[in-house]
Amino acid sequence: MEVTSITNGIIIDHVDAGTALTVLHYLKVDPARTQLALIMNASSHELGTKDIIKLENVGDVNLDALEFIAPHSTVNIVRGGQIVEKVKPELPEHLIGVIACRNPRCVTTTETGLEQRFHLADADRREYRCDYCDEEAQR
Amino acid sequence: MPITQQSTGSPSEGIEQFSLVGSSVVTLDDIPIPEVQLLLDKAQYIDEHRKEVANTCNSRVLATLFYEPSTRTRLSFETAMLRLGGKVIGFAGAEQSSATKGETIHDTVKVVSQYADLIAMRHPKEGAALVAAQSSEVPVINAGDGGHMHPTQTLADLSTIQSRLGRVTDLTVGLCGDLTFGRTVHSLISTLCRFGNIRFVLISPNELKTPRYVLDRIDQSPTCSYVEVEDLAQVIGDLDVLYMTRVQKERFFNEDDYLRLRDTYILDEAKMHLAKPSMAVLHPLPRVNEITKQVDDDPRAAYFEQVRRGMLMRMALESSVLGDELPGFKSNKEVLV
Repeated sequence: MEVTSITNGIIIDHVDAGTALTVLHYLKVDPARTQLALIMNASSHELGTKDIIKLENVGDVNLDALEFIAPHSTVNIVRGGQIVEKVKPELPEHLIGVIACRNPRCVTTTETGLEQRFHLADADRREYRCDYCDEEAQR
Repeated sequence: MPITQQSTGSPSEGIEQFSLVGSSVVTLDDIPIPEVQLLLDKAQYIDEHRKEVANTCNSRVLATLFYEPSTRTRLSFETAMLRLGGKVIGFAGAEQSSATKGETIHDTVKVVSQYADLIAMRHPKEGAALVAAQSSEVPVINAGDGGHMHPTQTLADLSTIQSRLGRVTDLTVGLCGDLTFGRTVHSLISTLCRFGNIRFVLISPNELKTPRYVLDRIDQSPTCSYVEVEDLAQVIGDLDVLYMTRVQKERFFNEDDYLRLRDTYILDEAKMHLAKPSMAVLHPLPRVNEITKQVDDDPRAAYFEQVRRGMLMRMALESSVLGDELPGFKSNKEVLV
């Protein structure tokens, strides 16, 4: 399978198989408005199967949350058709506006204008908790 | 992860002067232990010098914003301010507030903070106190935000333990009943772990055991340990403190289990005979049937004193966040974090 290379953009590799669309959703990338390529269920030595996301000309994608939503992912920065940098995302201390608290008793479910905010409670367990109610984050 | 310290930085930033003045109190986790100890000392001083402290908060106004029913907590906050010479405004029930018109917590608190010097708020939503603290221009004290935090109850618990046993460390503390959903239990365990040297005896049915994250909190404390048991009578003789809670019917899928377990944890005179003469029995109240009325007459029953201690701790806390010094109170302890 051949997919056209990108010239300027990012390649998110080692995304868990079948989750590429979910990752795009969390990254707030609209597939209908973005030049992108998705490779899903590709062979992977490390993971068995994986997804790959190639994004062309994306200036404002916030990759801070990537390690939370795609734990095995790596990011290649492409400029002029060449990979100029490889990045392994790290768990951020805070996740802001990425995921919503699922606790029905949380104040974020009723208070308008509140941003969804989570903090890294336990890095070993990759555990984030809601800043407001301390409910554990669900992907 | 509340932001309560508005003036002097966080405990993780090393040796630094800490002050409660002007700060909101959403959870006790943000208050350094020496400052908690100072509040305990102040409460004791207030109890012994009621007359001297009666005008400490003259001309101050406390607003109590209670979005759900409460008997003890609201009256305790209000009485505390009145006994310090201040005045009280507020509402008791969301139906009396602009919440019925759809007003946000942010707007209500922003408005009330133009009137009052201090706000005590109870709200059914978890995290509501943090929203209030972030919105308010005056300190906010969390008077309970759903099943989340209730810091002044824990202060009442600590004060009662200190009063009865002379210390809040080096104790065997039994907690009995609903240890899964009881916010007061979780908060007390967390705070006692910060004092250290506590042996917890967690007494509950299998269905209502202590959550993993609370057990992790004990494990992280190098001087604290725990055991989990189901039989109160078997362990009551080892305890310095017995913290009773209510087993709530709504937590069970069938009524037979509820009735069986509820009756297992009734503290009565027979069980009290097995306990140490110095043991203190605490309960956050209200109780249903988990402590028989006969136990009220036992000098080890501390749950009504706990209510009074709660008021004293709220007096200490209210005056502290307002920066109103208690006349005659001297502390040689420099509070460092």
